[in-house]
Amino acid sequence: MTPSPSPLRDLLDRAGTTGAVYAALAGVLVIGSLFVAFQGSHLFTAANTVDLFTRGSLLGFLAIGQTLVILCRSLDLSVGYVAALSTMVSAIVMAGDPSRIVLGIGATLGLAALIGLVNGLVVTRLRVNPFITTLGTGLLIKGYLDTRFQGPAGSIPAEFQTFGLSRIGVLPVSTLVMLALAVLAILFLRRTRMGFHMYAVGGDSEVARLSGIRPEIPVITAHVLCSMTAGIAGLLLASRFGTGNTLVYNNGYELEAIAAVVLGGTYLLGGRGGVAGTMAGVFILATLDTVFNTLSVDPFVKDVLRGAIVIAAVAVYARGRHGRTSVRPRFTSGGAPPAPPPPPPPTATPSARGGDR
Amino acid sequence: MTRPTRLSPGALSSALRGGTGTVAVLLTLIFLVIAVQNPSFFEGPPLMAFAKKAAPLVVLALGQYLVIVSGEFDLSVGSLVGAQVVIAARLIDGDEASTLPVIGLMLLFGLVVGLVNGLITTVLRVPSIITTLGTMLILFGAVRYWTGGAPTGALSEGFRVFGRHGLDGVPVIGQLPWALVIAAVLTVGAVLLMRSPYGRSLMATGDNDTAAAFSGVRVRRVRTLAFVGSSLAATVAAILIGGFAGVTAQVGQGLEFTAITAVVLGGVVLGGGRGSVIAAVLGALTVEALFTLFNQLYLPSTIQPAAQGLIIIAAVAYASRRGDRRPPRHARRRPVHPNDRPLDPSRR
Amino acid sequence: MNAAPLLRMTGIDKSFLGVRVLHGVDLELRSGELHALVGENGAGKSTLMKVLAGVHRPDGGRIEIDGAEVSFDHPSRARRAGVSTVFQEFNLLPERTVAQNVFLGREILSRGLVDDRAMERTTAELLDDLGLEGISPRARVRHLSVAEQQVVEIVKALSHDARVISMDEPTAALADHEVEVLYRIIARLRERGVGVLYVSHRLKEIFDLADTITVLKDGHRVDTVPADDIAPADLVRRMVGRPVSSVFPERLEPHGEHVGRVRLAVSGGGNTRLDGIDLEVRGGEIVGLAGLQGSGRTEIAHALFGVDRFTRGEVHVDGRRVDPRSPRRAIRAGLALVTEDRKARGLALEQSVTANARLVLDAVNPFGSARRAARVPGLLSSLELVARGGPRQEVRYLSGGNQQKVVLAKWLVTDPGVMVLDEPTRGIDVGAKQAVYTLMRELAAAGVAVLLISSELPELIGMSDRLVVLDDGRVAGELPGGSDEETVMALATGATREAVS
Repeated sequence: MTPSPSPLRDLLDRAGTTGAVYAALAGVLVIGSLFVAFQGSHLFTAANTVDLFTRGSLLGFLAIGQTLVILCRSLDLSVGYVAALSTMVSAIVMAGDPSRIVLGIGATLGLAALIGLVNGLVVTRLRVNPFITTLGTGLLIKGYLDTRFQGPAGSIPAEFQTFGLSRIGVLPVSTLVMLALAVLAILFLRRTRMGFHMYAVGGDSEVARLSGIRPEIPVITAHVLCSMTAGIAGLLLASRFGTGNTLVYNNGYELEAIAAVVLGGTYLLGGRGGVAGTMAGVFILATLDTVFNTLSVDPFVKDVLRGAIVIAAVAVYARGRHGRTSVRPRFTSGGAPPAPPPPPPPTATPSARGGDR
Repeated sequence: MTRPTRLSPGALSSALRGGTGTVAVLLTLIFLVIAVQNPSFFEGPPLMAFAKKAAPLVVLALGQYLVIVSGEFDLSVGSLVGAQVVIAARLIDGDEASTLPVIGLMLLFGLVVGLVNGLITTVLRVPSIITTLGTMLILFGAVRYWTGGAPTGALSEGFRVFGRHGLDGVPVIGQLPWALVIAAVLTVGAVLLMRSPYGRSLMATGDNDTAAAFSGVRVRRVRTLAFVGSSLAATVAAILIGGFAGVTAQVGQGLEFTAITAVVLGGVVLGGGRGSVIAAVLGALTVEALFTLFNQLYLPSTIQPAAQGLIIIAAVAYASRRGDRRPPRHARRRPVHPNDRPLDPSRR
Repeated sequence: MNAAPLLRMTGIDKSFLGVRVLHGVDLELRSGELHALVGENGAGKSTLMKVLAGVHRPDGGRIEIDGAEVSFDHPSRARRAGVSTVFQEFNLLPERTVAQNVFLGREILSRGLVDDRAMERTTAELLDDLGLEGISPRARVRHLSVAEQQVVEIVKALSHDARVISMDEPTAALADHEVEVLYRIIARLRERGVGVLYVSHRLKEIFDLADTITVLKDGHRVDTVPADDIAPADLVRRMVGRPVSSVFPERLEPHGEHVGRVRLAVSGGGNTRLDGIDLEVRGGEIVGLAGLQGSGRTEIAHALFGVDRFTRGEVHVDGRRVDPRSPRRAIRAGLALVTEDRKARGLALEQSVTANARLVLDAVNPFGSARRAARVPGLLSSLELVARGGPRQEVRYLSGGNQQKVVLAKWLVTDPGVMVLDEPTRGIDVGAKQAVYTLMRELAAAGVAVLLISSELPELIGMSDRLVVLDDGRVAGELPGGSDEETVMALATGATREAVS
């Protein structure tokens, strides 16, 4: 290796966004605990920690899937509705019978995958704006749920409720499952061709196409996986409630998931980011929720903050993105005009000087 | 050789291409079915009742039209309608005298929300979906925080006149609802606006903001004003809805999507630069007529979102098949040539 | 050298929309050879390269590799066959690393998973082979300079075991010291037996590098000669001298108060891409800006128009100092710019003829716009606009020439004092060209200062009263109108500079 600034710059860059998000998470934790301490209580009590992790697990599932979709330069606004539908499907199929747990999980995830497939096909084949597509499927599901069900239905067997309710120490089982899924997703994005192609399609689908990638495939895959994670979120909710509940969709999960993804440093326009950052985003939001709860802040203030945080995060990233242009200056700008014999393009670019003889 | 003034065929075909024709046919069909089901629907008073109910959506669609035609979205209008109604109820609190000042205040508030949406989108380059989702959340939370969860206070009779009452004693129709008058005036206003220099600049911006900027259009300002227009329309809609339906915690919920459905159904292509005001208005009427039809068929109202979902996907899929050769909106991000720095005065 | 050439293209034909751009072009490339393709803009060089790259399918002719016929219907097919192309426009993902870009679409797997290490190792080896150790395979492409990105493109080509690499104007965006690196890479490639097809406008490079030169003109192959057997001046002569396809209209008798006065003056203008630009255009005068692609012609237009501002120097319009910070200000100062890229920058394609023609008025002068726009129909008919649907027709359905007339009308209606036309006749038919030429003469006669930018030398020379020749962001010299093409080309390609130094 020649002494060149590239590796260092690269290291900083890699650590850059994700590192910053984790630093922000640490900051939120510290500031949050200070605030709580001023109120005379303690943020890291067992109850609070469990609360934090529990919140994190649900949001985490949704955000993992949303990360994949956003990386492909798409978007999924239907996840809240898919989760609501999944609580119903799982509770009704399981019908309180432990022997039907596997069937219930299968039916739930299968249906979710189907919805994702529809989303993906409509986006890629019919070329409908993903925002509109998933809004449309979301409304369709909502219409179905509201028409078909008037209230909670079905029943989750106690055995499956352990998924939502039991924990090891302060770590809920659901959080462990979520973290395991996150690790899988990270591996998927970093170590599989499909993961690589998701970045490529999100970055520039034309470049991907010219490299022999069929751009539809990663987009459809991402939508299927995203809906399936929403299905898992639905399973988790059902196991916590013990029944299916349609009103889940009122909780604005899709926006919270997008907020977590964007906070985690994934570009809304695709091609850059990852699940590791998203996890930090998830726990920032979960920490804020827990802190607000401990401080008994009005729940509506959380909405205000959530909205402000998402806008601010996207604005900050938009600024960063815009700073770089690929235009190579031919002449140094500003300052006094250079003397007639112009300075040769200076040594500013250590660049392609490679193999300095 | 030169035929610069042959007008008719182009005008007609462009009107049809704009989607006005399609949506007009659709609306006529729905009205026909309604008429078959309920022959008295067109007898004046029922029609006026329909107009009264449809007016807020028409107004919202006008505002959303401005934003969509400029190439953006406004998802905050539903929340804004809810917020405005709640603000009105709390500030007026049944006091007739404060009706007009509060309406003034509401318009001012709408103006501010529009400015914030527009400036964040154009100056900070935040995609409008995110900006307006954010303001949607903020408005939702802030208003409920302010009122402690449930709306408080009451609207005055003076306030409710606009949404509820009308000019009585009109022959044939009985009562001419103020809501209809307001919606009609705003529609005419919007048509005129789109024919004004501003409207043409807005249209050009939505079509090709680079070319617009090269022609001297102040792209940021033009877009920001569209957001302001949308927020003001939402304020007017709030006045109508508040008058018509009163104050509840759910006012305005989901209205942004209904408004977008209406505009899209009218054939105003997402991505900007196409479609007419009339098409958007017809789209709003069609959505409302469809809901009326559902009621007549005794379908549960809960099916409305499903219908909306189908319509919105079908309409956009149809528009993108309809010989629209434009590449998908975000087809390529990079300039064609490394030396090319596109003049893009707004976001993306 | 083996008997069958590495690459042989015979009788390649290609037409676009009925216009034939390649007429039975033949080309042979041997292993280790650098074959330069030269010709004026529009001679068909880029089209030929795109046919070879699998971007365009030829209408006729054969492509053989090692004597076996091949047919490419997709760029990835061409690459698999060992033909890689480095376009001016980079096909890289800025957010991915060098190695990830090099192996995009055929990532190296080990046990089913992508092996980043192996890809980085292979990329590093390829970079080492080229003598380039300064680029880390793990660096993100967006951190690289343009030159480095070009290297990545070349490495990407090599990683496909490319035996033929074609490069389209590879030095257009490079600084001198970066060009040196490219030279070295090319030398390495040739040592390894790769055949290089090289398109460039810069004569110096061609004579530095090429073994063989093929000259294209108007889609025909004029000549293929060994580089040693031809002198630069001779080469220029073969590239130019196209039969004048259009006759330029006569100059008109100037009238009006502005004739002869300096209407546009730039002194010492510069920014990151321009330096020391001095320029004067008088009323009644057509001044041509000549230069190669990337020499700063369009950049001057954009700087005048407030797109990429001049950060140094002064601009005066009609004797008043102006600082065009935005197109709007430039328009207010009396400037008009017919942009090079009509569809991206000139027109809102889905709007009507009228809406486009009124756009500048609407945007810049909304209150007087109705009155002044009354002139639009008259202007359009005087430009002989043919729009089947009348003035309400969407401009995207118009032919290129008619679209350009809409653009012209849009600016004429503002009564500009200075009119900048950037490639005003690109992609339009002969009739529309004549209309544009006539209009320019009329404008000049009416006292407008006209600045013409064009890569078509005959047009530039035939229309301009004076020529300002640019080279690498600076004014290389000024020539009288009617100078011969060789002189202009020599100045623009730096051939003169070479001779002097």
